[in-house]
Amino acid sequence: MRAIMTVTGPDRVGIIASVSTLLASLNINILDLSQTIMGGLFTMTLLVDTAGANRGFEEIREALNEHGERECLSIRIQREDTFAAMHRI
Amino acid sequence: MLNQSDILQTLNMIDHQHLDIRTITMGISLRDCAHPEAGRCAEKIYDKICRRAEKLVETGCAIEREYGIPIVNKRISVTPAALVAESCGGEDLLPIARALDRAARECGVNFIGGYSALVHKGFTEGDRRLIASIPAALAETDLVCSSVNVATTKAGVNMDAVALMGRIIKQTAEATAERDGLGCAKLVVFANAVEDNPFMAGAFHGVGEPECVINVGVSGPGVVHAALKEVRGAPFDVVAETVKRTAFRVTRMGQMVALAASQRLGVPFGVVDLSLAPTPAVGDSVARILEEMGIEVCGTHGTTAALALLNDAVKKGGLMASSHVGGLSGAFIPVSEDEGMIAAAERGTLALDKLEAMTSVCSVGLDMIAVPGDTPAETISAIIADEAAIGVVNQKTTAVRLIPAPGKGVGERVEFGGLLGSAPVIPVHPESSAAFIARGGRIPAPMQSLKN
Repeated sequence: MRAIMTVTGPDRVGIIASVSTLLASLNINILDLSQTIMGGLFTMTLLVDTAGANRGFEEIREALNEHGERECLSIRIQREDTFAAMHRI
Repeated sequence: MLNQSDILQTLNMIDHQHLDIRTITMGISLRDCAHPEAGRCAEKIYDKICRRAEKLVETGCAIEREYGIPIVNKRISVTPAALVAESCGGEDLLPIARALDRAARECGVNFIGGYSALVHKGFTEGDRRLIASIPAALAETDLVCSSVNVATTKAGVNMDAVALMGRIIKQTAEATAERDGLGCAKLVVFANAVEDNPFMAGAFHGVGEPECVINVGVSGPGVVHAALKEVRGAPFDVVAETVKRTAFRVTRMGQMVALAASQRLGVPFGVVDLSLAPTPAVGDSVARILEEMGIEVCGTHGTTAALALLNDAVKKGGLMASSHVGGLSGAFIPVSEDEGMIAAAERGTLALDKLEAMTSVCSVGLDMIAVPGDTPAETISAIIADEAAIGVVNQKTTAVRLIPAPGKGVGERVEFGGLLGSAPVIPVHPESSAAFIARGGRIPAPMQSLKN
């Protein structure tokens, strides 16, 4: 399943490293990534493929939530379909 | 990959503009549940609903998590109970209402609609018994919603039913007097009721519907409002185009969720209802959209035109986003459920007569309006007759959901809580309509019905 992840929070060193390390540990492949700073806020969107993941979607979501809380980041993951439905015809 | 700003725009709509799917409603046919004994009929109803809707809430919640879009309500609509209970002997139909309530609780939904009768041309014995039981049924149950269709463009207006429903609304208010007449918030009197409406309290599973079906109601007043803020002062062409684009986006979400739910539950997809349904939350109001167009307070001059534009643009935008559009599809104006409407009614700007005018250009009708507890039944019937006339002549659905607040007068408030909200009691005309209602009979179908 292809999903969109968004990571937001105060900018600092090592956010991409920590998030990508977690994704690697879950065996989730990053297909695309885009990152910017908006008004001092670190904002990253990732397109990921969970097909080979070693956990179910619900567990992945929880793992990301917990990681986000530890690192003071907001991390969410949603099916890519949600965004495609709204922005692609 | 998708554009990052598109992704963030969608998230902003969900996080800050109350974008949500208002309801996934499973329609279930109860036509095979008829039985001569009301108790047995009730058991069959309970069993069937629990079997069909067992996984509805669980599936809705899973979709919500995976797609990251809130689905506020999961609900059930059933075949109008008068049809199912018609063959039950005896007068007492309350076991049917109790069975619906228990089944709704068991399935975890927050409302079940269909304690209903269709009497636009006349009553059967079953219809009479069911309607007579509505006040007690709504007082005794928590989740059951009831509706009665009293008029259609094809049949005209059944004025006997209109007269009866005025009395039933009063009795329902009295039966739930200790809760501000809450029962009336679960009772809708329709003209041209639709068979696939997913929204409560008026949802029922029509006789032309399949065994089981999934209908989805979208929402999004906050998203439309936010979009219009970006085009402040622009001509109406721009306003209409902005509403259309926004409605398209919102409806695509509804279509996506409807297809996912239908596939996972193994139940056919029925329709997406393109409605703008407000909630009492700040930032989720239809009235505030009208005010954004330049109306100082909802209800003043210009409100009807603003609403007409909004209603039309929502439909035009939503139509292409869904493969099957149905239900009520339009902007709702339930006073107690809309923060801006509540404020306008409290100021006295939004009055019953203006609301009636507004119902001629938008979805449904006089909805969730508290009127004085001493309003005569005949006055309520006359209000229903006016709404029915608007619906019948304009070939649209109209409805009346009035709460004659027991023991309360103009300026006092009723509090229902949750999605049903709260509302100030607003005045009705004191002059009598009793002689008009006492005539009975039928108002003939208008010229518009002769299409063949």
